[in-house]
Amino acid sequence: MKLHLKIWRQKNRKAQGQLVNYTLENVNPHMSFLEMLDTLNEQLIVNKEEPVEFDHDCREGICGQCGVVINGNAHGPLENTTTCQLHMREFKDGETVLIEPFRAKGFPVKKDLKVDRSAFDRIISAGGYVSVNTGQAPEANTIPVSHETAEAAFDSAACIGCGACVATCKNGSAALFTSAKITQLAILPQSQEERKERALKMIAQMDAEDFGHCSNTEACEVECPQGISVLNIARMNYEYNRASFLKFKK
Amino acid sequence: MKLDAKIPQGPLEEKWFNYKKTARLVNPANRKKLDVIVVGTGLAGSSLAASLGEMGYNVKAFCFQDTPRRAHSVAAQGGVNAAKNYKNDGDSVYRMFVDTLKGGDFRAREANVYRLAECSLNLIDQAVAQGVPFGREYGGYLNNRSFGGVQVSRTFYARGQTGQQLLLGTYQALMRQVDKKTVQLFSSHEMLDIVTIDGKARGVVVRNLETGEIEKHSAHAVVLATGGFGKIYYLSTLAMGCNGSAIWRAHKKGAYFASPSWTQIHPTSLPQSGDYQSKLTLMSESLRNDGRIWVPKKADDTREANDIPEEERDYYLERRYPAFGNLAPRDISSRAAKERIDAGHGVGPLKNAVYLDFSKAIKEQGQPKIAEKYGNLFRMYEKITGINAYKEPMKISPAAHFSMGGLWVDYELMTTIPGLFALGEANFADHGANRLGANSLLQASVDGYFIAPYTIANYLADQIRVGKISTDHPEFDKVIKENQDKIDQLLNIKGDKSVDYYHKKLGKLLYDYCGLARTAEGLTFAIEEIKKLRDEFYKNVYVPGENDTMNAELEKAGRVADYLEIGVLMCYDALTRNESCGAHFREEFQTEEGEAERNDNEFQYISAWEWPGSLDKEPILNKEELKFEFVQPTIRSYK
Repeated sequence: MKLHLKIWRQKNRKAQGQLVNYTLENVNPHMSFLEMLDTLNEQLIVNKEEPVEFDHDCREGICGQCGVVINGNAHGPLENTTTCQLHMREFKDGETVLIEPFRAKGFPVKKDLKVDRSAFDRIISAGGYVSVNTGQAPEANTIPVSHETAEAAFDSAACIGCGACVATCKNGSAALFTSAKITQLAILPQSQEERKERALKMIAQMDAEDFGHCSNTEACEVECPQGISVLNIARMNYEYNRASFLKFKK
Repeated sequence: MKLDAKIPQGPLEEKWFNYKKTARLVNPANRKKLDVIVVGTGLAGSSLAASLGEMGYNVKAFCFQDTPRRAHSVAAQGGVNAAKNYKNDGDSVYRMFVDTLKGGDFRAREANVYRLAECSLNLIDQAVAQGVPFGREYGGYLNNRSFGGVQVSRTFYARGQTGQQLLLGTYQALMRQVDKKTVQLFSSHEMLDIVTIDGKARGVVVRNLETGEIEKHSAHAVVLATGGFGKIYYLSTLAMGCNGSAIWRAHKKGAYFASPSWTQIHPTSLPQSGDYQSKLTLMSESLRNDGRIWVPKKADDTREANDIPEEERDYYLERRYPAFGNLAPRDISSRAAKERIDAGHGVGPLKNAVYLDFSKAIKEQGQPKIAEKYGNLFRMYEKITGINAYKEPMKISPAAHFSMGGLWVDYELMTTIPGLFALGEANFADHGANRLGANSLLQASVDGYFIAPYTIANYLADQIRVGKISTDHPEFDKVIKENQDKIDQLLNIKGDKSVDYYHKKLGKLLYDYCGLARTAEGLTFAIEEIKKLRDEFYKNVYVPGENDTMNAELEKAGRVADYLEIGVLMCYDALTRNESCGAHFREEFQTEEGEAERNDNEFQYISAWEWPGSLDKEPILNKEELKFEFVQPTIRSYK
């Protein structure tokens, strides 16, 4: 296969970026999208040009490090699939492919296709945990958790923190990311003690970052590699109201 | 140097108890005067950094990823072992200890392995309290499954994403300490070197991967929890950034390197399909609970899997190892696959794979049950290969996976450099010559949560009067200069081959000569070839760009430069061990049935390699003799 690539190149945070055209021959349909970028970089290096910087690590869809916008879609044309799990068989010979970084005010571009997602770390550190020190835990089977609750908690906990939800949202909202953690910990019995404070603090931190508001377009769920449901956002809103009400009552 | 493992006295069951009873402590008021650096934020690093932060020490945590949550522990799929005996199937700490020791082919320390099994109980408690959503039975109690090399169900799991869930639990504990300011986090920072002053580890030099700036950080103790180096084979199940640089650079500063050649080649990964390939995706071992492995009885059979009748299939694991069947340990399963592939029975376009077949399990249990257990793995398989594994068997093949070797550490997890500790996959400690499935998450976690917090305190108790370590010490600037020079050297070679070109060549040499099967002749050849490749690398590699910006090629170049040195040591290690044990299979030493032939009289030791001071000299072999007081080594049989 032969591909025409239009790739966002930007030297650093402050520099102005631009789209640059490349042509790549001999693309194998079994390649992953990132292996296609490897092949492009190999070609650039041999020609003494600077390769394209892109985020990636595990290449099996779980670390959440990779992610670019392909032809306008976060992580490309497939639903619920990371960029590393996307294969070139999804593209046509001779196609032009537009490759941009995840674009959101909350994710400043560091270089080329790499963005800064440290805001996610700050949202977690605001309250996305259970305050249990090492050594404090009781015997694991002391508190039973129903099969359904454990499975539902897992569905929310599966988030890989890639940021596709933010990139695909027209408002650049981090609601899906934040709500998934709030929901996981709101439904498990082990994490009830801080339920109210957790919701309030995490949402306050989300608002303090440069993320926009959720306007319920549900675009995030479509792109989420783990298929995290937008019902988590509804749950987050409930948790926020509940916590605000209980705080007010006190 | 005489190696002292510092194993506590007393009966096996009391050693760790006795250690904790007499270990020195640091008073809570003194802890904030003590600085600890933790490099790596996977399960081992994050759990240690969080635990030390909770105790009140000043911690700095470093990782090369853009956030700690991406460390490669995240990718472990199947589970984590613990001897809870919730299934009432005869499990116990002692049985888990014996399984692990035997699984490692009696090439690990009894005391360490027992402690690993003992601490497994607390780990599950800790993780559950953090909100890790392990699989549950309908009554609400924790569920288990079975893994290779054992006959009980002791593996706890969170679908096929157990590593991710355990890591997120510890990442959240870490971020809680970051919020409390007991831990300072440095993401996108790669350790370049450790700094030793008067023989003690006193700090690190790191590169900010966004700006290229080289920074210096001092501490009273330094911990490396930097994972394994299986990526040295280029094609592996590891993440692209996994590397051996931190431990290798510590080795060159005086830390001994143990058993570097013991690499686990995992039996159930996806086969290579072309030259462009960058990694081999792992399919969890848990699939072998319900999947049956086979190849066509006829060599070079070109029929589709579903067209080959039952009687023409060779279920070679069930045939050779009836007691364990498809759940034979990883080293044995991988070698058996290689044996069949080499004999011409391999399947797939490159004839480099075997089948993993679920048709019997689907017939017996129904597709929904199989989907519930392994749905995400079947989906992943389809995404990558385009094949629906509910309809036809998966094709799998062996791939480099886990480093049993690593920095030599004593019972306290301290290396031969005082004040330098190594945790998790970065050390060599608990798995012997072959790791059992679901023991790696366990080892990383217990090292960080339950072992190192005690042993590091025991070391730091001496350090209270030392005062703050100043980064003005000339040693820091000397190490910065050495590393700056090395970076400049790489950038200035300006040859015409990419870094990956050399990495792929090195990986091929290691797969061919220091992989599933090794010979003295092949290893001797590989040592010379790797040295030649290294010379060529320094003449002809092209590293584009500059230092003062994000430069992934420069990062890779530094790692591959180290791999080209580690690879040679791996071959020396394999060459000097004239026996077969676990993952180390020397073709000269096998039984008539093709099983590994161990030599306990001559090789019942851990090889601990000492840096000779320069690449021109041969590495120096030190031996830690293994003593078996409680379990007598037997011939490992899974028949």
